[in-house]
Amino acid sequence: MVDAAGKATSIPLVGGGEEPTLDRFSVEGRRASGFPRLDVPLGDISLPESAAAPPALPQVSERDLVAHVNRLAHRNFAVDLGAYPLGSCTMKYNPKICDWAAEHPAFSNLHPSSPPGITQGALEVILEIEAILCELTGMSRATFQPPAGAAGEMTGLLIMRAYHESKGRDPGAVIIPDSAHGTNPASVSLAGYQVRQVPSDDRGMVDLDALASAVDEDVAGFMLTNPNTLGLFEEDIVAMADLIHEVDGLVYYDGANLNAILGVARPGDMGFDIVHSNLHKTFATPHGGGGPGAGPVAVTEHLAPFLPGPIPERVGDAITWLQPERSIGRVHGNHGNFLVVLRALTYMRALGGEGLRRVAERSVLNARYLESLLSDDYEIPYPAPCMHEFVASAAALKRATGVRAMDVAKALIDYGFHAPTMYFPLVVEEALMVEPTETESPETVEALADAFNEIAQSAHTEPQEVQAAPHRAPITRTDDALAARQPVLTWHMAAEE
Amino acid sequence: MDFTPHTSGDTQRMLAHLGLAEISDLFAHLPDEVRPAAPLDLPEALSEMEVMSHIDALGKRNRSGLLTFAGGGIYDHYLPPVVRTLTMRPEFVTSYTPYQSELSQGVLQLLFEYQSMVASLTGLPVSNSSLYDGPSSGLEAVNLAVAHKKRSAVWISRGVHPHTRQIIATFAHARGIEVVDHPLVGGRTVWAPEGVSQPAAIVMSQPNYLGVIEDYDAARAVATEQGALAIAEVDAMTLGILRTPGDAGFDIAFAEGQPYGNPMSFGGPVLGMFAVSKPLMRKIPGRLVGRTTDTEGRTAYTLTFRAREQDIRREKASSNICTNQSLNAIAASIHLAWLGPAGLNEVGHQSVQKAHYLAKRLEQLRGVKMATPGAPYAREFAILTPADPHHVVDQMAERGYLAGIPLSDDYPEFAGGLLVAVTEKRTVDELDGYATALEEVLADG
Repeated sequence: MVDAAGKATSIPLVGGGEEPTLDRFSVEGRRASGFPRLDVPLGDISLPESAAAPPALPQVSERDLVAHVNRLAHRNFAVDLGAYPLGSCTMKYNPKICDWAAEHPAFSNLHPSSPPGITQGALEVILEIEAILCELTGMSRATFQPPAGAAGEMTGLLIMRAYHESKGRDPGAVIIPDSAHGTNPASVSLAGYQVRQVPSDDRGMVDLDALASAVDEDVAGFMLTNPNTLGLFEEDIVAMADLIHEVDGLVYYDGANLNAILGVARPGDMGFDIVHSNLHKTFATPHGGGGPGAGPVAVTEHLAPFLPGPIPERVGDAITWLQPERSIGRVHGNHGNFLVVLRALTYMRALGGEGLRRVAERSVLNARYLESLLSDDYEIPYPAPCMHEFVASAAALKRATGVRAMDVAKALIDYGFHAPTMYFPLVVEEALMVEPTETESPETVEALADAFNEIAQSAHTEPQEVQAAPHRAPITRTDDALAARQPVLTWHMAAEE
Repeated sequence: MDFTPHTSGDTQRMLAHLGLAEISDLFAHLPDEVRPAAPLDLPEALSEMEVMSHIDALGKRNRSGLLTFAGGGIYDHYLPPVVRTLTMRPEFVTSYTPYQSELSQGVLQLLFEYQSMVASLTGLPVSNSSLYDGPSSGLEAVNLAVAHKKRSAVWISRGVHPHTRQIIATFAHARGIEVVDHPLVGGRTVWAPEGVSQPAAIVMSQPNYLGVIEDYDAARAVATEQGALAIAEVDAMTLGILRTPGDAGFDIAFAEGQPYGNPMSFGGPVLGMFAVSKPLMRKIPGRLVGRTTDTEGRTAYTLTFRAREQDIRREKASSNICTNQSLNAIAASIHLAWLGPAGLNEVGHQSVQKAHYLAKRLEQLRGVKMATPGAPYAREFAILTPADPHHVVDQMAERGYLAGIPLSDDYPEFAGGLLVAVTEKRTVDELDGYATALEEVLADG
């Protein structure tokens, strides 16, 4: 049961008993599939490299398959069940009109190698969303090939490299703040650059002096999330961008937190040159249990020739695929996660300019409101006004009660909410990173605050209970060390045990 | 439309609580210069009905409903409704990456089952929970091999999907990887090891991009001789009828997984299948689900080998990938379970029979020949016609057929080349209709 604020009052939202793996339902000779009889004359075809036997897939009826998968669904939490304040992930409500668009057969049944003459609608979708995304970010052109945020980062870094090479330069380092997402340093080093890290200052923002001393002729660029991973707007951004531009470096915007500034401020106006957006965060496309997402990359006019290709271009009355003049090449097998892009366009058109700005306003309002409702057990280490999310510390609570950030997060599950992000960013001890998003009502935000505060009270009175949370989920905490030490990655490996 | 629930009363009450007067006060600390100088030029909001009309209108600008004979990794197979019904459950669609295992047993177990089925299909013991798509999985395979062997060269067959080779080329420069192409002769790869750097891996495709069935053992022998890893790009839907890469002794297999459970989707979202041998288990890129127990001893699933990943390893990570194509992998699992071994075999068998029937029909047309005469093929094959294949595709579209993929852009040696794929969905009437239409198109010049 849940009350009107979405707070679980009795039975948990997620339940269900242990479910055997599908191979356990398999019975020799059982099958779900059926096909029409072969209607061409049976040819005598003997193929080299033929299989000796068909692969050992489970043999199950459709009825058993359906029940199995539905029982497993019951063991999974989701945005569609309740609030999901997972910081940095923007787990907002995913409008169902966008599902409708993604399943539209005029798009979902298109083969990617179809000639442009028969896919003008799909190409128009890309041009239309490109225009909106560029207006929102203050950029000039975009690629929709990158299928995820990390892929967008890599694409942006390759564009950075190509830009410098076009000027006969070969700088070797990219600067990132110490509060950056882990993908930033991983992408930087995989793109062949050295990571140069700059510290945060006591405001929780990039230390401008430290940045100035990190900048030299060997700097190819600077990657920044703004608002940063502490949920704070980097107030010196224009000065920072100037420092980088002075050595002809490029400034890269990690769009993880774009939700907070939609229609209010633009990366292009801040001095950024390359911007990736996560359509699966900001533009409400569902996360799908880990993917698919989409990480389009938008750039200023002078970087457009380096974009991955092909990209759609209007030539006369028709749209066709063209390779940008100095393209870095292809980064996806086809045109990126097109149906995710179509969902995002549907969302943008439904909301319009006003609605997109309202997203930013209400995401910040909800976060600021929730932050203000938390009890003193949760310290806010950096007091600047938060944007769409905030980072609280459970360090004092841990010292007083032994209850850690992990325990608080797991205890929240028993209240019918998803856990917040924990232990990130690394610059905050016992970090709890909370992002309510704009789609939660004030009542839900208040219920979330009540849950946090009750957990803190329980930490003082019955800490062991909190440390053993969750109590009402289908399972308790897992032995992750065992999973890594004695890997069981398939049911074949399970059978060998 | 507005998907935020706040009434003006709600907003006023919350602002008052924060000691603010107006919503814009939330942003008062932002410097003036970062705000747009003029109002943004964005479309007006639309109601759901208006959005639907707009999307419908865009959809009408596509010529949909063509009978598809294009393949190249993305195929028009029969997709049973059960896949959509189950995959669209909101618990799968609207959950995040399953970090919190207590709330994610459904997704985690389905991905564990996906990994198990991919292991069966590839004959390799360890599969990740999917990557972005087939071609970009090829890049991850090459990266793995380069890191594992500490050598910078890779040998790649020209039979590997051109988009796979293009993606590898995009990244090879930044990472200092030297790519050595190996030619196709008569449609099959000739591994010519003289005078080139020792490779970290050799990469082949089975069947290759031209549809031709390659010699696994010959490629494996070259890899062994060079002390390199053997990597195979495979066609997912022929895994039911062809020998597995694991059986052929390959170290890594990857595939475009779209044919399992996913519509063609203009090429995305789809999924990359990726499996490795036991010695490479801890080097596999992407998300991996493992079985463990909870504190009460119950079976539970969790993301494992997390120590490899970017959020922990940061700049020392071997891959920056932090997602998979979970929902597409779940769709793939459900479709595979629906097919079962008999169904997968039947799809492969019918596709091969129908492809060979069509090829024989087309070979009888005036001016049409097989691009690689005599070479064995499964369900896809290349023909040569006297016409520009782009023209052929456009003219065939007028007659209701997506005729195939022109080869000339990627293989200039096949100027009139057209790659034709056949699935179990095509009926004999459609195959005959295709042959008749092609005859007309070629007769018209």
